[in-house]
This record gives sequence, structure tokens and C-alpha cells, in this order.
Amino acid sequence: MKSHWQPLATREVLERRALLLRQIRAFMVERGILEVETPHLSQSAATDPNIHSLTLALRRPESDVTLRGYLHTSPEFPMKRLLASGTGPIYQITRVYRAEESGRIHNLEFTMLEWYRPGFDHVRLMDEVSELLNNLGIKTAERITYGKAFTDRIGLDPHNADTDCLVRRAAALGFLSEPPDHGVLLDFLFSEMVTPTLGRDGAVLVHEYPVHQAALARIRPGKPPVAERFELFLDGMEIANGFHELTDANEQRRRFERDNQRRRAANLPAMPVDENLLQALAAGLPDCAGVALGIDRLLMVLCGATRLDQVLAFPFDRA
Amino acid sequence: MSVYNTSEFKSGLKIMLDNDPCSIIENEMVKPGKGQAFNRVKLRNLKTGRVLERTFKSGDTLEGADVVDVDLQYLYSDGDLWHFMNTTSFEQIAADAKAMGDTHKWLKGEESCIVTLWNGVPLLVSAPNVVTLTITQTDPGVRGDTATGGTKPATLETGAVVKVPLFVSEGERIRVDTRTNEYLSRAKD
Repeated sequence: MKSHWQPLATREVLERRALLLRQIRAFMVERGILEVETPHLSQSAATDPNIHSLTLALRRPESDVTLRGYLHTSPEFPMKRLLASGTGPIYQITRVYRAEESGRIHNLEFTMLEWYRPGFDHVRLMDEVSELLNNLGIKTAERITYGKAFTDRIGLDPHNADTDCLVRRAAALGFLSEPPDHGVLLDFLFSEMVTPTLGRDGAVLVHEYPVHQAALARIRPGKPPVAERFELFLDGMEIANGFHELTDANEQRRRFERDNQRRRAANLPAMPVDENLLQALAAGLPDCAGVALGIDRLLMVLCGATRLDQVLAFPFDRA
Repeated sequence: MSVYNTSEFKSGLKIMLDNDPCSIIENEMVKPGKGQAFNRVKLRNLKTGRVLERTFKSGDTLEGADVVDVDLQYLYSDGDLWHFMNTTSFEQIAADAKAMGDTHKWLKGEESCIVTLWNGVPLLVSAPNVVTLTITQTDPGVRGDTATGGTKPATLETGAVVKVPLFVSEGERIRVDTRTNEYLSRAKD
């Protein structure tokens, strides 16, 4: 039998990870951003139908009641509660867990850096992401809108193209969207045709997403309306995702409910909504921008690794 | 037949795609930061041998294919069909020319072969990875040429033709890798 006890990452990579974490903390300290910790285990969970939380059955010794707990997929909700309580700028470096994610650049658990900046919009936060990268020796080459990146590489305008055009283009690449779903088709074409080309020569920041891809971003009215969201790409990989954050409790509740409807339609369990977050938004989340960055993928770039498991001591199949 | 979800698509899993049985070669998850996740799947169509790539939404399902690999002993050919036997149940199964492909050129009888059955019918017959066969025809090697140097064609007792080193001669038994068509060594027996 093949032995599996040794780490996959080399000593050099382990040292590079430790250095990266020190560099990030120094950057945050210098800017007066407070390091925080929030629970890994929660009674509510992400409702996004594309994110799968790991579920735990919690049995209390003193009762027969079994509680359900969820491992966090991102520390976003409790961090927003801290912001609403008046902490000012905060950051966290933590392990997060996503069921059903495995592959060349996915692992069941990974390290996320997430930070929030009250008073910033997504544009100012993009500037700060670039400064962090420059500090790490990665140059930021380009800032491009989603619309331009999509049109340059696919020849279709993602904001206005009709769904039939997207269906035909996706079918030619071996993907059938049944039934045709505009948002899913955009995700497919962008992931297949655009993402692999981004960040080959320095970091690329993509911003102004179609409203289908808004997630938790604010939407700026206009023609076309766009989501105030950005993503960072390096070596053809998505490294970070940021938002000018939604602060409207009612709109947030509507998005949670719509997510759960989609979950039921897809035969996925509906998730308990984070009522604490909704109360915090109602009490007043300061206008802010936030970003989540995958540390392991960033480390891949810094080490020239081609697979995520080369930068993890123990990927899930050895965990 | 069972149904498989994209997260269960592992290398070697046999599924039905466009009414043909396929074997999954590779399954890579493609996921945007937010939004729909996909699985880019590389498969081999087991009927045509062709490799194709398809992308599915994560969570999509495909029906499993009733495809199993069994070890069967090759008995004989009647010209149209190649007959095999299960050495535990003594059940006999015949494979047609399509399932045999060019595998027959390595077989003389009694070899144990992996036969891929789809709904109980042979779909593919694989020769043993290494076979030992006698050379029935090859030109004499050039004198003085030893371990190094060129190669020459040799016809084996089953009709297969392989390249062999110049020092190997007619009537010798040699070991051949059937996957690469390559001479390995002289047989030591």
C-alpha cells in the first residue's frame, strides 16, 4: 500500500506560506485594520445555491435534541455584524469549508483572507488589493470591465446578447443548458473562454458585472445596470471576489428567499437564513466594501505551483 | 440501472451518454467565484474508442452503463467469431470482429483476456499486456551486430508483425508489449 502520511507541500512551500501570512498581517497592521476571529460553526448557513455547506449533527449530552450546525463557507456574515457594531475596518484569515469542491484548484477546506473597509467603494478597495499585491511582488497589469473582457474574447455583449446566441455558442463548446438560463450560460462562457486567459502577465481586476452575477453586491442603475463587484485573476485562476456591499436589510432578505426558492427548485435543502445578519443590517451596516481572497491559490502563484495540493500540507485525500 | 451525479464521476466510471456506453477519463470542476459550477468531463466512448469532452452543470446526472470487465480465457476462432470461456463457470461467450479490433493478432489460444461486457455482450477485448510468441519469419541479422543498433521486422506465429533487434532470429520466442507493439526481450524458458 502507498504511504500517505507525509505532507505534499515541500519545506520551501511551507516557509513561503508562513512568510505570506506575516506579510499580509504586516500590511493590515500598517493600515490600522483590526484582525478578528468569528465562529467556524454556525446555526445558519449560506443560501447561495452554488455553495454547499458541510452540515454537522450536534447532539447535546443533556438532551435528546439534535441541533444542526453548519461549517462556515466564508466569515462574511459575522464580520458584517462586527462592522454594524462599529468595529471599523477589520480582516480575518481563516479556514473555510465547501462541500463538493475538489479538483486541480479546489479542496474541501481552504484558507481565506477577508477584509472590510467602511467608507470604501469597490473601486477604492480594488486599489488596496493592488497595493497588497505590489507589496507581495505581484504587479497589477490591467483593470477591465466584465463587459469588455467578455466581448473581447467571445464577441458577444454579455449585457445585451440574447439567450439564443449564448446557447449556440455554449453548445459549440460542449455544454447544453437545459432549460436555457442566461446567468448559467454567462458563467459557463466566462469560465471556459475568458478566465483561462486572464492574469497571464500580472494581475487582472475585472469589475462591473452583469446583474445576473450580482450575488451580494450593490446594483448601480444605468444602461446597462451593473453590479458593483470585482474579481481578481492570476494565472487564469480566480483569486479574489469583492463587493461594494449591499446594506439594505429588505433587499438582503429578498435575495436570501430567492436563493432558497432556487434551492428547492434544484432539489437542494433550503438553508436557515442568518436572522442575526438581517438584524445587524436593519440596525445599520456602514457603507463599505469587502473582499475575500484565496490564500492557497495566491501561494500557488507565488510558488509557481500548478495544483492546489502542491501548496497544502495535507489536502483532503490525505487529511 | 443506477444514476450518477457529477460529484460521483470518477475515472473509470461507466455511464450512458447519447445512448452509447462511455468510460470517464477525467472530471475537472470549473467554478466561478460566485455562480454556477460546472464539471468538464473527458470520456471515452466505449463503442467507438473516441475521446470526447463535455461540460455539465454540477449536480446534473447521467445513467450508469451496465459495463463490466471480466477475465476470460480465449479458446478459438471460427473465422467470424472469437470464443472465450469463463474459467470458473465454464460459460462461453463469443466476440465479433468489431469487439476484437486488432487484438486477435496477439492470440493463439488459452490466453487470459480482459473482456468488457455491455449488457452481457462483448464490447471490447484486450490482449494480455505482455505476450510470449515465436518468430516464424525474419531476415538474418547482420554479422557482428550485437546489442545495439537497428531493428528489422519479424512475423510472429499469430501473424502480428513487430520490430525486433537485428540479433534476434527465426524460431526464437520473444516477449512483446501488446499496448505499444514493442519488442521487450527474448523469452527465458
